Amino acid sequence: MEHYVAWFLLITPLVATIAILLNLHRKPDYAAFASIGSASLCFLIALAVAFGGIQPPTSFEWIALPGFNVDMGMIFDPLSKGMLLVVTGVGLVIHIYSYGYMDHDPGKGRFFGGLSIFMFSMTGIVLADNLIMLFLFWEGVGLSSYLLIGFWYEKESAAQAANKAFVCNRLADFGFMIGILTFWFLMGTVSVKPEVVAEKYQQIPPSWVHSTLNPEGATAAQLDSTAAKHGVRTSAVLLTVMVVGLFFGCIGKSAMFPFHVWLPDAMEGPTPVSALIHAATMVAAGVYMLCRVYPLLLLSAPGMFFIAFIGCFTAVFAALIAVQQNDIKRILAYSTLSQLGYMVMAVGCGGPDAAMFHLTTHAFFKALLFLAAGSVIHALHEEQDIWKMGGLWNKIPLTFYTFAIGMLALIGFPGLAGFFSKDYLLSIAYVRSPGFYWVGVITACLTAFYMTRLVVVAFFGPPRAHAAEHPHESPLPMTIPLVILAVLSFIGGWSFGGYGIQPFYHGWFMDVIHSMYPLGVVVPEPETGTFLEMIVPGAVVLLGVVSAFYLYWGSKTDPLDIRILANKFYIDELYDRSLVGGQQLAARFLNWIDGWILGGLIIRGSAYVSVGVGELFRLFQTGSLQGYAFVFSLGGILLIYFTLFAH
Amino acid sequence: MEITLNHYLAVAAVLFAIGLMGVIMRRNILIIYMSIEMMLQAANLTFVAFSRFNNQLDGQVFVFFVITVAAAEVAVGLALIVALYRLKRTTQIQDLTTLKF
Repeated sequence: MEHYVAWFLLITPLVATIAILLNLHRKPDYAAFASIGSASLCFLIALAVAFGGIQPPTSFEWIALPGFNVDMGMIFDPLSKGMLLVVTGVGLVIHIYSYGYMDHDPGKGRFFGGLSIFMFSMTGIVLADNLIMLFLFWEGVGLSSYLLIGFWYEKESAAQAANKAFVCNRLADFGFMIGILTFWFLMGTVSVKPEVVAEKYQQIPPSWVHSTLNPEGATAAQLDSTAAKHGVRTSAVLLTVMVVGLFFGCIGKSAMFPFHVWLPDAMEGPTPVSALIHAATMVAAGVYMLCRVYPLLLLSAPGMFFIAFIGCFTAVFAALIAVQQNDIKRILAYSTLSQLGYMVMAVGCGGPDAAMFHLTTHAFFKALLFLAAGSVIHALHEEQDIWKMGGLWNKIPLTFYTFAIGMLALIGFPGLAGFFSKDYLLSIAYVRSPGFYWVGVITACLTAFYMTRLVVVAFFGPPRAHAAEHPHESPLPMTIPLVILAVLSFIGGWSFGGYGIQPFYHGWFMDVIHSMYPLGVVVPEPETGTFLEMIVPGAVVLLGVVSAFYLYWGSKTDPLDIRILANKFYIDELYDRSLVGGQQLAARFLNWIDGWILGGLIIRGSAYVSVGVGELFRLFQTGSLQGYAFVFSLGGILLIYFTLFAH
Repeated sequence: MEITLNHYLAVAAVLFAIGLMGVIMRRNILIIYMSIEMMLQAANLTFVAFSRFNNQLDGQVFVFFVITVAAAEVAVGLALIVALYRLKRTTQIQDLTTLKF
């Protein structure tokens, strides 16, 4: 019996989705009840899985072809258990919040249906034990993201944003598919079960692995010759293709640099969706997937560097843009991009435990920030421009204090969750390369700056618009989740005598490393208590906060005017001109071919030819019977002549 | 002068040519029909001639078949012509141009 319990993690939200789809979407309160109920049940099962020792269910065979086996099964290791708790826990809190936030929306039932299908897909990603299953659920979260971004589909911008998110994700998923296929080609399996990966790993010479953790190790050419010597079907180039391909999945889902454009636009969706899908869980799925295949990422030094570089670049790039945004949700969206960049950088620098640690704390405080921002927006009747807020701190105190805790956790104020995870992450980056470290430090400074700016402008000073003069505090279903998340954001980083989120993931990471390197390889441990770690992050955070206070305290308009940042480095415009414009040009050309070559020449042309030939031949139909007889007999005579006489 | 096979064949050819000319040149559909019969008899004549000179009876047997078929054909053909006449009130071939473009 116990072996089947875990399937209910997937079945429960699926049943809720189907019920809402079939009937309950007309009865919003029942739909909300079904959805929140399924989320609660999921959370309870997740608790049982994490602490109650429930075994993974027996997997069943789904595809069985020679050389290609796909089983539907689950992995329960610390990595998936931790992520499962984050997804179901934060998910449940946001479900409850949505009940208050969407109270008066006519599409409430549909909304909860979207949330349930998201919970189904996201849980599937976390638990999937092979890449094909993961990819299926991966597309599932893409679908629910599309549905929920475009929730207010009557708004043109929301519908466009949903399309944009979907198209960006599809493009990146193409790379992901290439990665999965290369994975299958190299490994002969699509399973990512730790024991299977470890077994495959043993076939690979240890000298390869050193090369990534130690850049002075073997070169690509040496790797290839080693592979040939050991008869392993692999090559350094293919391994890099695999790593970069898998990373492309992360680039799309976690909105890394070239594909980051969809995430800020996704803020068109309802705020709980932004919190759940586009801040806490779905966008972190990319990072989770990288951690899941982490041992294999180590096989490609260029791939690892690429991952770290893209993450690092996205972190500072998005933080710069966030400095000049005015929409409260967009600031948070760019902040999310920046923090995701941190996590990806941590994976690329060899610290997936740091990435998962930061992912978890980030899920807490970023969900908190979004929900609190939603509470502000709710209080001000859908006002999102921070320059039309002001003076809110004593009018909606609970929202303010929880937002402030989230903000302090995000900028890494000592003692709060973000402080621990960010510093751990940066120290990992420092071991890998000081360059990544310093860019990370600059990002931390920018983060402190733009978050302080946001709080100062939105919550302090005089009200700058009519709506900001008489805000009202949000109802209980919205404030209770804020308090829960605020507590988690406060204590999320603490360790209680070896128990805590950081030791939890670190333990998983060490397990992975030990199963990979039976001979014992020294994993670079971040140095603790150095001058850099103690002073520098605190100092830059203080610098950011103080300069933001100095610039923005009491100002009515933005004293800074950096157009290139306000316009997001013109990336959208660039894509509009080059990709969308190019696509339009190609479409127009193909349309011309379709209209003139295919439709005109081939289809209508051939029709015209047969019509013309018919016109010609009907001239022979004279109607004179004797004419026919004459021609017929002439033919007969000619036939006889040629058969008898003309040899 | 001895009458040889060639003489018979020549007569049959002339008969056939006259029939064909009639089909092509006469205007009245009844006459055309009679000319077709004439062409048929030219064929019969060759059958008989070959039968006579090859000392085989097959050709003569065939002639009876042809005559039978021709009789049936006449019955059908004349009925068609009568029906045509009732419809169009003419037997002149130049008036029957319904199929003309």
